[in-house]
Amino acid sequence: MEDVWSLLLRAGAVWVVLVFTLIVLPSALGVSLGISEAYLWVLVKTLEWATIRIEKGVKKPQPQIKTSATNGIIERDETPMEKEIVHLHQVDFEFSDIFYFCRKGFEAIVEDEVTQRFSSEELVSWNLLTRTNVNFHYISLRLTIVWVIGVIVRYCFLLPLRITLAAIGITSMIVGTTIVGQLPNSSVKNYLSEVVHLTCSRILVRALSGTIHYHNKENKPQKGGICVANHTSPIDAIILTNDGCYAMVGQVHGGLMGIIQRATVRACPHVWFERSEIKDRHLVTKRLREHVADKNKLPILIFPEGTCINNTSVMMFKKGSFEIGGTIYPVAIKYDPQFGDAFWNSSKYNIVSYLLRIMTSWAIVCNVWYLPPMVRQEGEDAVQFANRVRSAIARQGGLTELPWDGGLKRAKVKDTFKEEQQKNFSKMLVRNGSVGSLSAGTESD
Amino acid sequence: MGSRASTLLRDEEIEEIKKETGFSHSQITRLYSRFTSLDKGENGTLSREDFQRIPELAINPLGDRIINAFFPEGEDQVNFRGFMRTLAHFRPIEDNEKSKDQNGPEPLNSRSNKLHFAFRLYDLDKDDKISRDELLQVLRMMVGVNISDEQLGSIADRTIQEADQDGDSAISFAEFVKVLEKVDVEQKMSIRFLH
Repeated sequence: MEDVWSLLLRAGAVWVVLVFTLIVLPSALGVSLGISEAYLWVLVKTLEWATIRIEKGVKKPQPQIKTSATNGIIERDETPMEKEIVHLHQVDFEFSDIFYFCRKGFEAIVEDEVTQRFSSEELVSWNLLTRTNVNFHYISLRLTIVWVIGVIVRYCFLLPLRITLAAIGITSMIVGTTIVGQLPNSSVKNYLSEVVHLTCSRILVRALSGTIHYHNKENKPQKGGICVANHTSPIDAIILTNDGCYAMVGQVHGGLMGIIQRATVRACPHVWFERSEIKDRHLVTKRLREHVADKNKLPILIFPEGTCINNTSVMMFKKGSFEIGGTIYPVAIKYDPQFGDAFWNSSKYNIVSYLLRIMTSWAIVCNVWYLPPMVRQEGEDAVQFANRVRSAIARQGGLTELPWDGGLKRAKVKDTFKEEQQKNFSKMLVRNGSVGSLSAGTESD
Repeated sequence: MGSRASTLLRDEEIEEIKKETGFSHSQITRLYSRFTSLDKGENGTLSREDFQRIPELAINPLGDRIINAFFPEGEDQVNFRGFMRTLAHFRPIEDNEKSKDQNGPEPLNSRSNKLHFAFRLYDLDKDDKISRDELLQVLRMMVGVNISDEQLGSIADRTIQEADQDGDSAISFAEFVKVLEKVDVEQKMSIRFLH
């Protein structure tokens, strides 16, 4: 028995030493040994090979596997109501006027723009993870062997490694920021806080096998500015911090996220607030104003969508962060879904099971684009400004722009939207009527 | 993953639905995946709330009437079979269906069935007649608060008058069909489903 224990102990020690020298130390120093690049290269080759195999397999009787990019069910009719509701006679209303609303309603039932953004994105080709291929049936022996090897590598090697790294990263983040938090406010404290944040996020990025490509670094958010980005997952924050420190603004969480939030706020002026509390929201605005006024403070990081979207679209930007003034530094984040689904579906998974899903995926690969800073133009209100920034992000990240509020994930749609539809239809009735009642009158009487 | 349950759809069921609705195999599996993702209760049926959670439907002035069309009298759950049966009304009429023999049962997406579907949206009390009051209620749903009672009343009067042939101040299905005879119902009451 004792032999087994000492053996286990020794193996554990070797493991920890290896992890430290090969990963933690380099990441703390900010250098790369090229291991993750090599891993990614192998991965890309394997997935390319698998795609070819699947395509070959599909030609045989396997009609269920979708290889085309068109995962849609219907082709929407985009004819505007004014064109759609045309009357044969000049009358204000015809029984056929409801056809338009009927069809719109049914289109929404079959396929709608909003709810599908709150569930995981569908892939064009299978990435050798069972969870992304519901209709996975046996395709070929070689593909199955590769998949089995993948499972072994992901669960028996990568997962323990990543858990070790994540544990080291999260503990040092909590311990580090707590210690730094004890220091009196000074430039030394700020410096140390930045060191802790940067080091830990580098370790955590490695725990996710993250490969991040930063583009246009000359546009990196400057001190005293506000950085806004599209939001897919809490790891967005780690990914951005990996390249520079931010003061963050976000929803208060419980559990593990809560512990991290409470620790980091001691060292760095993050603002955590409760979304539903109006009092909190006012406080945030006040804090933001103070922050922007001080050019020595870290740039603030805000996700103005207010909720995680599945990385295919950008939803409405809440206007709050655009009312303050100051320079906005837009950032577009786009994950490569082929290597793993980065979207956090918070209504389905808690943070720990989400992280486990990520850690058993292949890797996190993403592109971060720093966009040229933007300021509110004269005569532009906060909403228009927010939309302009959002368009810039969507264009750069290749994401669809949706006018809907991400809050619909939790709440029902506001009645005003329906009222607007009613108003549009009423306008048509009245307009048709003013002409229609005349001609109808002369004809029938 | 909402479509996880698509394996639970048996081949025999797919065949039956195919026969009944005319949807293709892949359309049925894709719509089943949609059905399961709407089914938040995960019990294989949809409730009115499940439908109301679709924002684009919730803002539709006739959203409630459309949702109602999925639920048979007195029921508040609809299964996949029923869901598909209602959707089938909006399947376009394909070329090979036009020339079909008259012997079989009329397909759900025929012109007459599409019209009947629209008729039932107006016929709130299901007495196979659209009364002035029913038309007025549906009009009110569509215009909200933007048009006065008086104006809306005269619109309803005129619409009924024009379509009413037997002088009972209500619209029967036959009268409804007659008044819409020149309308391209086949196109307007169809959605372009991808194959």
